Amino acid sequence: MEKLLELNSVGYSYHTPSGETPALININFTVYQGEFVAIVGPSGCGKSTLLSLSSGLLEPEHGSILLYGQKLFQKGSGTIGYMFQHDHLFEWRTIEQNVLLGPEIQNKLTEQRREAVLDMLKTYGLYKFKDAKPSQLSGGMRQRAALIRTLALEPKLLLLDEPFSALDYQTRLTVGDDIGSIIRGENKTALLVTHDLSEAVSLADRVIVLSKRPGTVKNIITIQFPENLSPLERRNTPEFKDYFNLLWKEMNSDE
Amino acid sequence: MSEISLAQQKYLTARKRHRRTVVCSRCLIFVLFLGLWETAAVTGLIDSFIFSSPSKVLLCFYQMLIDKSLISHIAITLMETVVSFLLVLLCALGITILLWFHPRLSETLDPYLVILNSLPKSALAPLLIVWLGANYKTIIVTGMSVAIFGSILSLYTSFSAVDAEKIKLIYSLGGNKYHVMTKVILPSNIPVLFSLMKVNIGLCLVGVIIGEFIAARSGLGYLIIYGSQVFKLDWVIMSIVLLCLMAMLLYGLLGFLEKRYLKRL
Repeated sequence: MEKLLELNSVGYSYHTPSGETPALININFTVYQGEFVAIVGPSGCGKSTLLSLSSGLLEPEHGSILLYGQKLFQKGSGTIGYMFQHDHLFEWRTIEQNVLLGPEIQNKLTEQRREAVLDMLKTYGLYKFKDAKPSQLSGGMRQRAALIRTLALEPKLLLLDEPFSALDYQTRLTVGDDIGSIIRGENKTALLVTHDLSEAVSLADRVIVLSKRPGTVKNIITIQFPENLSPLERRNTPEFKDYFNLLWKEMNSDE
Repeated sequence: MSEISLAQQKYLTARKRHRRTVVCSRCLIFVLFLGLWETAAVTGLIDSFIFSSPSKVLLCFYQMLIDKSLISHIAITLMETVVSFLLVLLCALGITILLWFHPRLSETLDPYLVILNSLPKSALAPLLIVWLGANYKTIIVTGMSVAIFGSILSLYTSFSAVDAEKIKLIYSLGGNKYHVMTKVILPSNIPVLFSLMKVNIGLCLVGVIIGEFIAARSGLGYLIIYGSQVFKLDWVIMSIVLLCLMAMLLYGLLGFLEKRYLKRL
């Protein structure tokens, strides 16, 4: 498998006048092409910082981050898609205008690209809402629209920053299932940050466990399920709770 | 349409009655006030030479309308107000955008803006006459000076209050600072701009009247100051009433535009 993203002894600290707070120390891991990797860890362990670093929006203070073996430096070139906790759909734009925001910013809004994005809206059941305002959509539909906005630039890597945590539990399960299936269906590589262990087990191929702040990689656990199980189906298998317990122990073990 | 239930009907009637009471009370206050004022003036309870009376104000309005002097006074004040309002809008927006693009500049200038904003602007008017002359320029600049600094400060605050993640989204889609401004900050601040405009129109009117008090040969502010000097209090009160109407009209117009924008959203 091809190495897509590589983090080599990455470190990052936050600076305030009263002092320096190390957020991440010596982080090493690799994400391979087509993989779904989840990062879990206690709150405040630097998970979101790790995503900002991986997206190129922040520059690491130590170590290096490589994308396809090349140093990652420019601010979001569109090869890395970022999905947030909130959908951030703009209320003054229709759904169509919202999902086309990326190509519009990059001046890549060709007729062909537009067609491709509209096709995605069709595939994921949002086409009839293309002229609607975001407020007319349910929370799950909005998050789906946000994913299509991210995919519109055809990113090589998707970064998901707790994208389901603002939804209620019911919606969270279905949207998690939805989005997980879309990402697998589109053959995308994804890096998910979450504090929800069952979400990590239901979606990921590998789970990276971070320690308390300053975050370091505690362990990397490979998750194996029979192929082609949807996230919801995974939750119904007997292995599911074993993985959950394994992660739970890993998170709560103090060295 | 389906049938309206009894409870819904009851609710609707109660609502209608409430609305009617409010509107009637408003009208009643207006009529009572005018009536009392007129009777007091006619019966000699108050001196109509000093306090004028509704009928005298109306008569004065009619006479000045006939000899065509009033229209030009109103037009001049209206023009000065609208021009200073538009200039405030343009300058405040331009300066705030500039400050947003240069955080260091805005941090440097912040105390100066705060001082200028809290300064009583009428204190500047005599200075402006000396610099710009006793003409419409002074009046328009006085009108602007009342509103502009506050506008910049509050616009800048709401520019800075835009959700940091929305800005991060633009960067993650490959945008730059210019995209952040045009795709997020400006569109999300249009409602703020409208409420600022509603405040500013009143402030500009205040500034223009201050300017006219000291530097004008025409306009409603001039009419007020001149009328009080020659004891033509009909003029003064009529001008005040006309200013009330003008303020209402301009505010209403902006409210109407705002509603139309919000409906489109």
